[in-house]
Amino acid sequence: MTETSSVNTLNQPIGADQLVIDGVALGSRLIMGTGGAPSLDGLGGALIASGTELTTVAMRRYSPAETGSLFQLLVEHRIRVLPNTAGCFTARDAVMTAELAREALETDWVKLEVIADEQTLLPDAVELVDATEQLVNRGFKVFAYTNDDPVLALRLENLGATAVMPLGAPIGTGLGILNPHNIELIVSRASVPVILDAGIGTASDAALAMELGCDAVLLATAVTRAQNPALMGEAFKHAVIAGRLAKAAGRIPRREHALASSAMEGRAEFL
Amino acid sequence: MNITLNGSHHAMADGASITTLVSQVTGRPLATDGQATDGRKLGVAVAHNSAVVPRSQWYVTPLADGDDVELVTAVQGG
Repeated sequence: MTETSSVNTLNQPIGADQLVIDGVALGSRLIMGTGGAPSLDGLGGALIASGTELTTVAMRRYSPAETGSLFQLLVEHRIRVLPNTAGCFTARDAVMTAELAREALETDWVKLEVIADEQTLLPDAVELVDATEQLVNRGFKVFAYTNDDPVLALRLENLGATAVMPLGAPIGTGLGILNPHNIELIVSRASVPVILDAGIGTASDAALAMELGCDAVLLATAVTRAQNPALMGEAFKHAVIAGRLAKAAGRIPRREHALASSAMEGRAEFL
Repeated sequence: MNITLNGSHHAMADGASITTLVSQVTGRPLATDGQATDGRKLGVAVAHNSAVVPRSQWYVTPLADGDDVELVTAVQGG
């Protein structure tokens, strides 16, 4: 192995290095959501193609007609489950939903979502802080879905959040990372994993998140509603690895003027 | 007796426990510890009158007329 090699002794790209959260090692830094997929078959194919090892689910009323399927699918493929509190508008509802998820799925991990309204789906910072505090006190490992606010992200970490998950753009918009500077600032001050969550539209957005220093990327719509979800899942798998490698490699500084890469000396002269 | 299950009326035998209800609705036989006897994960949780009841307590928790029960599971989302 040479100094410039991008593979380790196991012949794995550096970008595929493990993400350790709460003592659990994940082989992929791509976390998938399952929302928006028209069929379970298609979803299964996309999840496998993406290489994800951690996938979010929502908690809803049991319906005998459509049961067993998603949870069984994840169990079969050994994909770890991260229940969310999607659809909760208050800390009270979010805490209740998290308690139900812990009981149903036997995990104390929870992706905490407390949204302000259905039009923006933006996190309600006040309820989010309240719910984070309550859930940490109840022994949950809180993955806090938050605005791209460096101050709030730090507050959540100080309250005991296991990971902070700033949004790139509002859920489902596919607008990419609207405030890369804030994401960089969050990363530079965080000592818990930072997972870019929401707003991702295509593979380059995920690569950018990793280049900005995020530890992982969470997305759903960009894959589940793509014209070919399995192909897009695979694209994201590589994008996250590429972004991670690029961050580790250290990009060149931006310059105002061109810089020749071929030496000017020794040129042939033509009369 | 009549209870409300996931927002709808649901008739149960008097004195039935949460175990009976969950087993009836999911079609999975349950042991007294609340685990499915087929060995596969059940993947559901119960809120009884707005309080989460751990599965270990289902068997010893009787339902009463007018009770409100939410039975939830994991679905696609997020």
